[in-house]
Amino acid sequence: MKQIRCPLNGLRNIDEFVYGGEYHPVTETADTDSRQWARQVFFHRNPAGLVIEWWCHAPSSYWFLAERDTRSNEMLRTFTLEAFLAMKDAAQ
Amino acid sequence: MSQAFRLPVGGRIRRDEPLEFTFNGRTLSGFAGDTLASALLANGCRVVGRSFKYHRPRGIMAAGAEEPNAIVQVGRGQHAEPNLKATQVELQAGLEARSVRGWPSVNFDLGRINDRLGGVLAAGFYYKTFMSSAGSWHRSERFIRRAAGLGWAPTGSDPDRYESRNAHCDVLVVGAGPAGLSAARSAALAGARVLLVDDQPELGGALLACRDTIDRMPAKDWLAAQAAFLEAQPRVRVLRRCTAFGYHDHNFLSLVQHDLTDHAVVQRLWRVRAKQVVLAQGAFERSLVFPNNDLPGVMLASAVSTYIRRYAVRPGCQLVVFTNNDSGYQAAIDWLEAGGQVEAIVDCRDDVRGDLPRTAQSMGARILTGTVVAGARGRSGLRSVEVAPAAGSGVARQKLQCDVLAMSGGWNPAVHLHSQSGGRNQWQPEPACFTPGNPVQAAVSAGACNGVFGLRECLAQGHQAGQEAARRWGFEPAFDEASEAPAMQSGALMPLWRVPEMRGRLAASKQFIDYQNDTTLSDLRLALREGFEHIEHIKRYTALGFGTDQGKMGNINGMALVAEGLGKTIPEVGTTTFRPPFTPVRFGACAGGDVGDLYEPVRKTPLHEWQVENGAPFEVVGQWLRAHYYPHEGEDLETAVCRECLATRASVGIMDASTLGKIDVSGPDAETFLERLYTHDIARMSVGRCAYGVMLGEDGMVMDDGVMARLGPERFYVTTTTGGAANVLSWMELWLQTEWPDLQVRLTSLTETWSTIALAGPNSRQVLRAMGCDVDLEPEAFPFMTTRTARLENEPVRLFRISFSGELAYEINVRSDRADFMWRRAMAAGAAFGITPYGTETMHVLRAEKGFIIVGQDTDGSVTPVDLGMNWMMSKSKDYIGRRSLARPDCVRPGRKQWVGFRSLDDRTVVREGSQLVQGDTLEPPVPLLGHVSSSYFSACLGYPIALGLLNDGKRRHGEELLAVDAGGGRTRVRVVAPVFYDPEGERQHA
Repeated sequence: MKQIRCPLNGLRNIDEFVYGGEYHPVTETADTDSRQWARQVFFHRNPAGLVIEWWCHAPSSYWFLAERDTRSNEMLRTFTLEAFLAMKDAAQ
Repeated sequence: MSQAFRLPVGGRIRRDEPLEFTFNGRTLSGFAGDTLASALLANGCRVVGRSFKYHRPRGIMAAGAEEPNAIVQVGRGQHAEPNLKATQVELQAGLEARSVRGWPSVNFDLGRINDRLGGVLAAGFYYKTFMSSAGSWHRSERFIRRAAGLGWAPTGSDPDRYESRNAHCDVLVVGAGPAGLSAARSAALAGARVLLVDDQPELGGALLACRDTIDRMPAKDWLAAQAAFLEAQPRVRVLRRCTAFGYHDHNFLSLVQHDLTDHAVVQRLWRVRAKQVVLAQGAFERSLVFPNNDLPGVMLASAVSTYIRRYAVRPGCQLVVFTNNDSGYQAAIDWLEAGGQVEAIVDCRDDVRGDLPRTAQSMGARILTGTVVAGARGRSGLRSVEVAPAAGSGVARQKLQCDVLAMSGGWNPAVHLHSQSGGRNQWQPEPACFTPGNPVQAAVSAGACNGVFGLRECLAQGHQAGQEAARRWGFEPAFDEASEAPAMQSGALMPLWRVPEMRGRLAASKQFIDYQNDTTLSDLRLALREGFEHIEHIKRYTALGFGTDQGKMGNINGMALVAEGLGKTIPEVGTTTFRPPFTPVRFGACAGGDVGDLYEPVRKTPLHEWQVENGAPFEVVGQWLRAHYYPHEGEDLETAVCRECLATRASVGIMDASTLGKIDVSGPDAETFLERLYTHDIARMSVGRCAYGVMLGEDGMVMDDGVMARLGPERFYVTTTTGGAANVLSWMELWLQTEWPDLQVRLTSLTETWSTIALAGPNSRQVLRAMGCDVDLEPEAFPFMTTRTARLENEPVRLFRISFSGELAYEINVRSDRADFMWRRAMAAGAAFGITPYGTETMHVLRAEKGFIIVGQDTDGSVTPVDLGMNWMMSKSKDYIGRRSLARPDCVRPGRKQWVGFRSLDDRTVVREGSQLVQGDTLEPPVPLLGHVSSSYFSACLGYPIALGLLNDGKRRHGEELLAVDAGGGRTRVRVVAPVFYDPEGERQHA
């Protein structure tokens, strides 16, 4: 059984976590055209490689982000939303 | 005492504990400490089974998990366990074992005819024969399975008890042979918490049959000292009869422990998280490939030694050894010491000069170098072998009498766990085997499973591995020395994957590679001729490496022969994938205690006891047990539900609605938060108001529904469906934490804190009054869709005037520990009005009469609120999740499925739920499906059946006649009607 390092609860068994899909912020607004909106709602990138994902530590209902390599299924790091947004800002 | 092959002295068996057992109905005897296999050999049972395809007689070949032939059924009835290897079954008094094949008996099997048909039954026979014409497989499968199958599944459910345990340790050592024991000792001396596991009843592994000395004492004394030392360490746990069968991610291993001494639990699954793992599982000896190499009497050389030295059984009189390396000589030495006769040691090598060959020679064994066994002869057992020169040199072709042939083709390190952990294996040309490559997890391999075969080297490597594992986790190794065994000279192994082709009858004889699956050299060659090249494809075409032994004996031979046929090297061909489990594991052990009543948690409401007292059958909803209905004497479901419906609409009914999800949403931004999640206008809800809310997914489809109440400017009480409670809460948390972290909102689940008692019917107000309600219940003071705090029976409660039945109705929310009291008082207060408890079935009928949906029954994730006719509750003045998607072209196209009602034209037939709606009577394909019925009941109040469902363009089809066709072919003519059957104006709920 894999383990995941939750930013709030530390290293825990994976069966305490729920997968929340790719990090996929709502970027489209209500007045974008339907094709773009459908892309927002129904399509994800699903890359072979690094992907940022939402995970939830179910017993504490805590959502955080994780970077995973879909080729090796290795979780490289995890971070809080704040830490991730700060990193994104710094990168831009 | 008929154990004719038992030696008078020696072995580790306990001669003072004789045991009786039966094999194929015959009563035999053995001793405590025997395996079923050693006891069978002691009793002279040479034929213990029949082969899978050709029904050839087969005997015991090995002494461990690699045994391919001695497959037995142990026990009977519910206690039967199929497909055990006799080599792994500990002998017990009264043990009942049977061969899994052989009809009418293992000694005379009519299926032997298949052996003569060998050419026809080659690899791919079943595919080629049965897949070519449709249906022929289905006609023949039963007979083929009976002829080819393994054991029989037990009858009835498994009566045994299992449990599982979690464990953590600093160092997990798998295997308690010389390397594993050394590793466990050095890790323990360094102070690490050690878990040592071994699949045998006693520690020692290869040492149990070893004649060498360690630290200048006999191996068995050294072993006893190590075992005593480890047992005495408080930080060491030793698990015997325990197999590590799976190595998973992040150093997580699965172990299964058998035959526990307390007998309350028969097997225990250990789930171990180890900081470091030392793999020391040893190695499996390889068989050799030559004609008729499957005759009973042909055995692995190491197994011959094990039976003699550990079990005091010499399985024959005249021995021939066939080997390509020095270790095969050990069998001859042990055989001679046990008083047997060694006809010859046949060694394919020209140059033989190790210590073991020298010892064998000094004991008088004749060594034929540069020679191979060209084939074996015998009918139901080995009678003789034919030897021939390996190449140019060697003795002339001749026949040697023997009843046992000990073969050694070298050793395959048990790389299974290393491979499962994600590690690769590397081919070592010397001594011709795959050894573990670099570990990918925190593990190290030591001893024979790492390709190190000398006792001295195994002890040293184990010692080092234990120290290293402890050091990596921060323990300082103690200054202890590795145990020492005398250095041994041994000659190099000469790979021998098959013997040279011979002329004569032997050329047509089968040469087995995988004994359990009857895969022969010619099957592999056929597969190559037919174009198979990848080892995984060849495996599946020829069955090489399948079965309960998973190719532990024959796989590497097979791969080497494929390499030869393809003109490739062995590493180019590679191995097939090693997957858990290492040896078969019972389903029972995997399930552990989570069976029967403990399979899934059960949730009961605080009113459960009253419902049991009153004879309610229960329905499982989510994990909740909900009262289905309350039958009176002699009533069935239908009559009880009719009575409950009529009583509720005529006077008053009472229902336990405690399972509804309840979430407290509080905080300065609670209103904004709910505005974004629900479709209706939250801001318009004044304090004390209730509203029906629908929650949509991002795709605009209905996700959940329920009534919410505003308890304060910054506080809402939101209810959800019974099954959706957990999902809705996590959906709320998801948005709050990920997209809207700026909103200040707290979510608290109150589902279990508050219980809900629903009172429905025109007299429900009277019942509340009779319970001493302290608030004004008049419609003007407490109107429909509002909430009040109140006291009932002097208890604080919260009353909601909401209705899921269309009647005047109230829901009493009361602290769960007072729910039973409140319910009983309501029953007493309502007695004057004939108060009638009703269950979920009546609730469904009452809501269907009003056309109310059940999310998940009437909707399926493809239904928008517009489809359900809920436009009135969708705000146009705000944004909410799903709103944009509702404007997608597909959501606004004409002809979408819409919510409608149906009435059977005969006013008698209750249409089956799930029926498809079609037009016309002919049902000539293709039949366009126009929609389906999702809810259908007999309405006692209306006197006719009603149904609800979704229909293409339904709103415009009211009045049309359609045909409802159910899965059983039943047809009912129905008319499309509006989805509200009862009190369409809603006057009753406003009363």
